[in-house]
Amino acid sequence: MRIKKQKSEILEGDLTPMIDMTFQLIAFFMVLINFTQSETNDMVQLPDSALAKPPDSQLENLVIIHLGQDGTAVMNQTEVNYLGLRHYLDVEYYRIDVQTTDSPKDTTIVIRAHKAAKGGMVQELIQICQEAGFENFALRAEENINSAPKYITPLGG
Amino acid sequence: MKIRNTDGKGEKIELQMTPMIDIVFQLLVFFIMTFKIVAMEGDFNIRMPAASPQAAPPDQMEFPPMKLYLSGNEDGTLAGIRLNEESLPTVQHLNSRIQELIGTDGGPSRDTAEIEVGFDYDLHYEWVIGAITAVSGTKDTNGNVVRLIEKIRFNTPESQDE
Repeated sequence: MRIKKQKSEILEGDLTPMIDMTFQLIAFFMVLINFTQSETNDMVQLPDSALAKPPDSQLENLVIIHLGQDGTAVMNQTEVNYLGLRHYLDVEYYRIDVQTTDSPKDTTIVIRAHKAAKGGMVQELIQICQEAGFENFALRAEENINSAPKYITPLGG
Repeated sequence: MKIRNTDGKGEKIELQMTPMIDIVFQLLVFFIMTFKIVAMEGDFNIRMPAASPQAAPPDQMEFPPMKLYLSGNEDGTLAGIRLNEESLPTVQHLNSRIQELIGTDGGPSRDTAEIEVGFDYDLHYEWVIGAITAVSGTKDTNGNVVRLIEKIRFNTPESQDE
């Protein structure tokens, strides 16, 4: 039997379309990557609200306080029970007053509280901030995609 | 002067694709792993100075601030809603009632209306936000937001004791 002598050839696939697609995918994920991670905290699950639309203009002077379900508050990477925040708020007030040109009165305290946190804790937290001299507050909620919020349904008379 | 490649042999330079593809795939995996869909967030603004001198005693004002109180069960769920001594069964009813009160001839306008929100200590925060949503606006049939009350504040523990 005759065996054909074959020339050994290296078959090269065309890699260009694959590289094109891969670069497009990388560009897609790079654009969508969330850079505002510093504003979020894993222990906080925000309540959702149909009216919580992102503001048209970004708040300029803000202090973000995360409040967990168990009363743990996180402010500027400091984790402490919310009742012990007063000292840190005083420091923040002094820092804004002395080191920046902004007025602490114009600073907004953004409260990111867990949805199952007790409402009274949020009220007390606001009171502590008031005692430290802050006046403006913003309660942060997550935008509800569904038009009918789940907690708008009756639960009892 | 030396001139290279004078022998006329055209050499084909082949690029090494393997390391580039390796790195590109590593980058792709990194971005896929760190990708997280985050829901948009919004704020409800509340202005609460520590000791605000009132412009006039509530009984002398044309439209005194409305009072909303949310009572809760032991497990933190909503038990009842009271708006100016009127009992409302659901947050939906609260929203409808506010719509009736605001912007009518006998009631305050959207700019002047004020509401003071109080609630039981143990009531979960999501119910508070639910009620604030109901008083601050509504969505019409086209999905546009219709603003209702913009001046919202929490009551102070002192006024809670009254």
